Amino acid sequence: MILTTPWQRRDLLGRSRTVAMVGASPNVIRPSYFVFSYLRTRGTLEVVPVNPAVQDIDGVKAYPSLAAYAAERGAPDIVDVFRKASDAPQVTREAIAAGAKAIWFQYGVVNDEAIRLADEAGLDVVVDRCIKVESARFDGGLSVGGHNSGVISSRRAASRVTT
Amino acid sequence: MEDHEFGFRTRALHAGTPPDPTTGARAMPIYLSSSFVFDSTEHAAELFALRTYGNIYSRIGNPTVAAFEERMASLEGGLGGVATASGLSAQLSAVLSIAQSGDHIVSAASLYGGTITQFSVTLKRMGIDCTLVPGDDVAGFAAAVRPNTKLIFTETIGNPLGNVADLSALARVAHDAAIPLVVDNTFATPALCRPIEWGADIVTNSATKFIGGHGTVIGGIIVESGKFPWGAKHPLLSQPSPGYHDLNFAETFGEFAFLMRARAEVLRDVGACLSPMNAWLLLQGLETLPLRMRAHVENARAIATFLQDRDEVAWINYAELDGSPYHALARRYLPGGAGAIFTFGLRGGREAGRAFIEALELWSHLANVGDAKSLVIHPASTTHQQLTDSEMTAAGVTPEMVRLSVGLEDVADLIWDLENGLRAARSAAAVRA
Repeated sequence: MILTTPWQRRDLLGRSRTVAMVGASPNVIRPSYFVFSYLRTRGTLEVVPVNPAVQDIDGVKAYPSLAAYAAERGAPDIVDVFRKASDAPQVTREAIAAGAKAIWFQYGVVNDEAIRLADEAGLDVVVDRCIKVESARFDGGLSVGGHNSGVISSRRAASRVTT
Repeated sequence: MEDHEFGFRTRALHAGTPPDPTTGARAMPIYLSSSFVFDSTEHAAELFALRTYGNIYSRIGNPTVAAFEERMASLEGGLGGVATASGLSAQLSAVLSIAQSGDHIVSAASLYGGTITQFSVTLKRMGIDCTLVPGDDVAGFAAAVRPNTKLIFTETIGNPLGNVADLSALARVAHDAAIPLVVDNTFATPALCRPIEWGADIVTNSATKFIGGHGTVIGGIIVESGKFPWGAKHPLLSQPSPGYHDLNFAETFGEFAFLMRARAEVLRDVGACLSPMNAWLLLQGLETLPLRMRAHVENARAIATFLQDRDEVAWINYAELDGSPYHALARRYLPGGAGAIFTFGLRGGREAGRAFIEALELWSHLANVGDAKSLVIHPASTTHQQLTDSEMTAAGVTPEMVRLSVGLEDVADLIWDLENGLRAARSAAAVRA
């Protein structure tokens, strides 16, 4: 199912525990490192790099493929994709094979074939969104930065935080 | 939670201010703290590298200020906001987030006088050239765009001419040139017009005016849509930045690129931050913005109708009136009313204007607009005095022009006072004749 609303993304993040980040980079000015570092230090999702070119990022062991990730750690709840859009169908096939429950295509990773493959295989699909931003939308992070979180609530914060 | 779109009045009260997570305080607390402690050295490093969200130092961000920013972003329909010390610093920071020495901007000529000097004197000294386009012909804007033009600027409702910008047409001109449309929405406020809905990319507001609403504090805000595709034409956003260890804002922050650069580089280095105390007062103002704007417009319509029938009045520039050349644009872009600030001309020129203002008891003679109290001024001798004759003509300022900012008093009292002023103006004009 393709998740299009903020609330669907919030629920996905709330029910997920593990994230396999395909294309995670140890280069500290790369967007994927920003997202990796944010999720790791925040601690509510267990984020693991999948990248054959690196051994580890900040001490977290990297896996060369989603198959290698799944063989050792089991199926990931979310496969987060930092690859060029043309690579997305192949990554999607690997995510399906690894038993992923959801696939998350980061900003600019928009590929109709990949979206269709994932949707047909029953995965939850998020397209052209950032997993860091969507996490921050509901944990107050966006609000700290003066961003429009879309959250309206008269309940105390504990009930708003979902992860 | 079910998906639900909250309305404007609800967001004016609630956006950005859920109960305080620490204390449960329902009203937004005033976080008067210059700085904020780090959890650890790692946390500090993550914050400074912009990899996590959090407070460091109130020049760059503050919880009370952030609540104001989020509420304004919500009301304008933007991705986020960056609050500034004043409306002028909001405009300056918006321009500096996009343009640098050697660049050029295009702006409407009918603008607040302080904006004209900021663009044509101060920015010019910094190496950013500006072309002011007179009149309303959008083709004039297109013709003024050069290869190094980085943005087009306009006010929703021009000060003091009361002209209404054709926002969608200007957005098309800007986007055809791969540059953003920046709109100052001070006279309309998001209660009457939301420029982003008409294609604008960046909106500035002087929060000093209707947003605060009570004439108490100076403040400003930039809101951005998050939709503009920053590319090769805007290297400050799309190329590695030496101001932030070669970070590429567009690549790293995607739709947040402009907002992150405006805060992390421009606000950091320019230093024109909003104080938490002022942000709190502006939040109080926003709670009643939709209600106040409705009442402002109602009073302004009644007063324009009164003035229209008076012999002492030579002309009125108010887009609410049928005879205004901007009436059709106002119906389109400002269906809730063309604001509550307008100008009119007195027969008898400068002397009649002086006599009129000096005879008023209830209207305050001062250099501001958008107060809950009614205000009056003579632009040619005050707000637009620094302009050259040709700039003044292009801005629509004439010697006999009086500008009203209609407040929330009983309209009968406002009209009573204006009648006294008109009587004095008539006597002055008769003496002169």
